[in-house]
Amino acid sequence: MIKVLIIDDEPLARSLVKECLKPFQDIEIAQECNDGFEGVKAIAQHQPDLIFLDIQMPKINGFEMLELIETPPAVIFTTAFDEYAMKAFETHAVDYLLKPFSKDRFEKALQKWMSQKNAKEVQSPQDFIDKRNPQPEEHSRVVVKKGSNIIIIPVNQIHYFEAYDDYVKIHTKDGMHLKKKTMTYFEGMLDVTQFVRVHRSYMINLQELTRIELMEKDNHIALLKNGVQIPLSQTGYAKLKTVLGI
Amino acid sequence: MSFTGKAKIFTLYLSWWLLWIFVQTLVIVQAGFGWEIAITDAAITQLVIAIAGYAINTSMHSYQPSAKNSIYVLIWSLALTFLSLALQRWLLIQFLENNLAFISFLDASLTVRGGFTLLMIMLIAVLTWFWVYFSDKQESEKRKQDSERLAREAELSSLRLQLQPHFLFNSLNSINALVVVEPERARTMIHQLSDFLRGTIRKDTTLIKLKEELDHLQLYLEIEKVRFGHRLQTKIEKSEESLTAEIPALLLQPVVENAIKFGLYDTIGETIISIEASRIGKDLLIEVKNPYDPETAQAKKGTGFGLTAVQRRLYLHYAQNNLVQTKQEAGIFTTTLRIPQI
Repeated sequence: MIKVLIIDDEPLARSLVKECLKPFQDIEIAQECNDGFEGVKAIAQHQPDLIFLDIQMPKINGFEMLELIETPPAVIFTTAFDEYAMKAFETHAVDYLLKPFSKDRFEKALQKWMSQKNAKEVQSPQDFIDKRNPQPEEHSRVVVKKGSNIIIIPVNQIHYFEAYDDYVKIHTKDGMHLKKKTMTYFEGMLDVTQFVRVHRSYMINLQELTRIELMEKDNHIALLKNGVQIPLSQTGYAKLKTVLGI
Repeated sequence: MSFTGKAKIFTLYLSWWLLWIFVQTLVIVQAGFGWEIAITDAAITQLVIAIAGYAINTSMHSYQPSAKNSIYVLIWSLALTFLSLALQRWLLIQFLENNLAFISFLDASLTVRGGFTLLMIMLIAVLTWFWVYFSDKQESEKRKQDSERLAREAELSSLRLQLQPHFLFNSLNSINALVVVEPERARTMIHQLSDFLRGTIRKDTTLIKLKEELDHLQLYLEIEKVRFGHRLQTKIEKSEESLTAEIPALLLQPVVENAIKFGLYDTIGETIISIEASRIGKDLLIEVKNPYDPETAQAKKGTGFGLTAVQRRLYLHYAQNNLVQTKQEAGIFTTTLRIPQI
């Protein structure tokens, strides 16, 4: 049996996918999910082979949901016209269905996945997720997982980012969160006038900066409002001066 | 220029020369000639000057000299003066060749006649110059106003038709799903969608009664409820006197669409969108409310695209910038529109 999940916030859209799946006897719909939160839980619970995923959903979008899963299953995206998502699809080998889609188109997508699966060359969506263009709402928030909780952090609440092996530590007023991403990813995602990469391992929120101090010789540090000291690299110090216009 | 305008100017021009015929007749009589001779002299003289005046007028209509080139006008006026003086003299001799006293009077007064002719021609030249200058200016002013009006109308109509493609495709997808399971509902939704779309392409009026606007909005809400029926509830309250107030057509739909999107995508669970219309003084006041999550919604402070377009439209209609207000309070986001009634 092949296990699939349908994740879409519109019941009728889900029922359409369900109907398209009817002729496939060996496919079992493990669960239908209303949003990304349910999706994350259901994926952990059912370990599906394939998910049908909408992009525009409440609180967190389909991409953000995928980012919260360690090893995401194969994905077929289902979405209405969406210029940001379209750009992402066109440049990557992930299949997508544009609503409203025909049964033929649906079966083609499914067959493509099945033949990839049989040839054992299913591509993990990981690569796609890392390289895609962010949706507009993602510039203003970061979604992380803490235990089984999903936390949405508005970027204004972030004090600074710190590199930590394969992860990035996100320091906020409420504490620290981990996300399996690179500093470069966040640097590309966030507003460059608000967040400045001041060091290979640090990126600070300018709103949190109170002072720049000279430690010894050419070594500077940035002092944040909460008292934390962030080391500045030569280039980081230069970049900070340019952004602040000093 | 209209025909009546031309006729008016022609009459004026004619009266002007009749006046001078009268004046000149009196002068000639004063000089001791008979009425008949005086009238003939005056009529011929003024007729020739009138023709010369017409000539300079038409030539200056087709060629408007700049201030720098006014010397050409002077030369042209002088040439016309000599020409018409020669013509006056020749014609008068034809008519009054037997009257030697008049002929010698004519030759003695040629300088005065030439001066008068030159003055008249130059007067007409100057008047024509101003006339052409001002009508050109008026024309370009009108062209400017026209192009501004056209730009404003084009902007208004492009602002009106900002239907989200998302909405259309998702609605079609819902119909696609309903066709098999509930064909009757699919049919109803097709009709609602058609009526709604027809409403959005209607061009005839810019201002409509609130009642019509709410009817159109209702179609939109019904469609959204098919898509999100399990989560979306709407509440419309309107006072009796608000229904007859006027509002730019299709203004409310983007505001409500914004509220629905904000409400549905920023919260989980049931979303109530409320719309309230009332009169405050003469003006129409409309409040649209949606829930939001105060923990995470801080990034949406700006008036999203939907509201920017609404603000712009209201500005183009009423030249006021404060007609759209938003506030966030206790998990409720309120958009307030004030529509002046003229």
